[in-house]
Amino acid sequence: MWKNIFIQDKLHSSTKLSVQQIMFFVLLAAVPGIITQFICFGWGAFLQLVWCMLLAVAFEAFILKLRNYKYTDYLPDNSALVTGMLLGVAIPPLAPWWFGLVGVGFAIVFGKHIYGGIGKNIFNPAMLGYALLLVSFPKQAATWLPASSTLLPQPSLTEAWGIFWGYAAVSADSFAHATPLDIIKNNNALTLNELWKSSQILDGIGGKGWVLVNISYAIGGLFLLYKKIIKWQAPLGMLLAIVIMAFFGWQGNNTSSAASPMFYLFDGATMLGAFFIITDPTSGATSNLGRLIFGIGVGILVYVIRVFGGYPDAVAFATLLMNITAPLLDYYTSPRAYGHKKADKGLPRTKS
Amino acid sequence: MNSISKLITKLKPLITGLWHKNPALVQLLGLCPLLGISNSCVNALGLGIATTFVLVLSNMLVSTFRTFVDDTIRIPVFVMLIASLTTSIELLMQAYVYELYQTLGIFIPLIVTNCIILGRAEAFAAKNSVLKSAIDGLSMGLGFAVVLVLIGIFRELIGQGTVFNNMELLFGSSAINWKIVISIDYPKFLFFVLPPGAFITLGLLIALKNIIDQRKKISMQQAVEPERIRIIME
Repeated sequence: MWKNIFIQDKLHSSTKLSVQQIMFFVLLAAVPGIITQFICFGWGAFLQLVWCMLLAVAFEAFILKLRNYKYTDYLPDNSALVTGMLLGVAIPPLAPWWFGLVGVGFAIVFGKHIYGGIGKNIFNPAMLGYALLLVSFPKQAATWLPASSTLLPQPSLTEAWGIFWGYAAVSADSFAHATPLDIIKNNNALTLNELWKSSQILDGIGGKGWVLVNISYAIGGLFLLYKKIIKWQAPLGMLLAIVIMAFFGWQGNNTSSAASPMFYLFDGATMLGAFFIITDPTSGATSNLGRLIFGIGVGILVYVIRVFGGYPDAVAFATLLMNITAPLLDYYTSPRAYGHKKADKGLPRTKS
Repeated sequence: MNSISKLITKLKPLITGLWHKNPALVQLLGLCPLLGISNSCVNALGLGIATTFVLVLSNMLVSTFRTFVDDTIRIPVFVMLIASLTTSIELLMQAYVYELYQTLGIFIPLIVTNCIILGRAEAFAAKNSVLKSAIDGLSMGLGFAVVLVLIGIFRELIGQGTVFNNMELLFGSSAINWKIVISIDYPKFLFFVLPPGAFITLGLLIALKNIIDQRKKISMQQAVEPERIRIIME
């Protein structure tokens, strides 16, 4: 199995899946996570998901029309739906309607089609849209809900609908609650044991609800691995890096300690990132060793930004930063054909 | 008729800087102040006027001194001329528009290092007469200022939801109610207040200019294409 890291697969792909099928399986694999998220965070999460997926298709159709493509060429490939899905599950459940509009618009128009459309984007479009939202609207990006298992109040369908369109009598602030990652980040007085007891939304391992959501996405991810749609190198690298980094930062039970490896593994968007985001075939590395390094890089960055950075969750920023390095990783790790020089001297310059 | 065509030929260099060789959109010079200070209309206008002022005067000075300065030491001499002009405009701004001077901060002294100014001194003013250099400086300066103000207005509109905020810093107290507010509860779009927004806005403006140029080229080609003449033999 370990030889697999270094030995590249055959260049001619043996799978016969089209882009449309691959994207469909990605959507299918996200279903357990989406259902768990709906159970834990209520109607708001569902609304955001549907809204973002609708918008993604609308923007895709609009930009294809602008670029003089036929709808039938690219619209049925489901890739816009995947972008919309990733943004829909990343956006907090109580965000207003324009939040998704700005994020999806930026993701599809600037993240994907400015670079030339599917297969040509250097950054993960969904993460680009999400990073834009996180940087631009910190207040709306923090409207997460406590999970339903905490028994804290959650908006009903009509309230969620009203908050979404901005006419509700109740404001999003009356339901919004800090996420577990926020709580750990802002804690500087309590020891970890005191913190677990003091907060209603934390249990022993991580945030209530969040652990379930992460496990569901991991199940979906294992399905994708089984179907050979994604490779194991990138997710393993990322999760391993997070665990190792968290072991170094975990000083047991004192006030300056970061949380346990389990906490960082099962909180925030870790599993969604590991199986659905960094496995994006376009913006990630393409060689096996490259994928492993890519995953490790994302994992280290996720931990560093979560613990030392200014934002509570970090998968988006870490992915975008590593996307920049993907061409370099490919350059140094992709195997050479027999007789060609190794990468330290570079590929032979092609005469143009 | 003759005088008009003469005027047009004289004004042609003006158009060059505003459109064909626009320093911000075509030559991509002076991007640091362009991206750094274009977060509101008043900042953009202030820096645009200051830069144009320095550019016109520096072009004229460089052109005047071009015959006296030996080729080997021309760059230090040009830089000294530009630096003294920048210092004087800095002092002028301190005297008349002190609050704007404070908002623009480091970008006023940094006009010295704006590559448009040294670039025009080297490429144009060192080879041409004083009047021509002055017109060139004016056209380049205006081209830069117009783009700066356009980006400023766009970023202020998208980022803050206002246009012409704080114009009284530049035009006195009568400009206080120039401010237009789009919507009272407009959430601040911080991305466009921060420098990345300037990059995207500049990219969009360059794209817009390229589209207009392309359309113009196509329509000109169509106009030149001769019509087919069909001769029917009877």
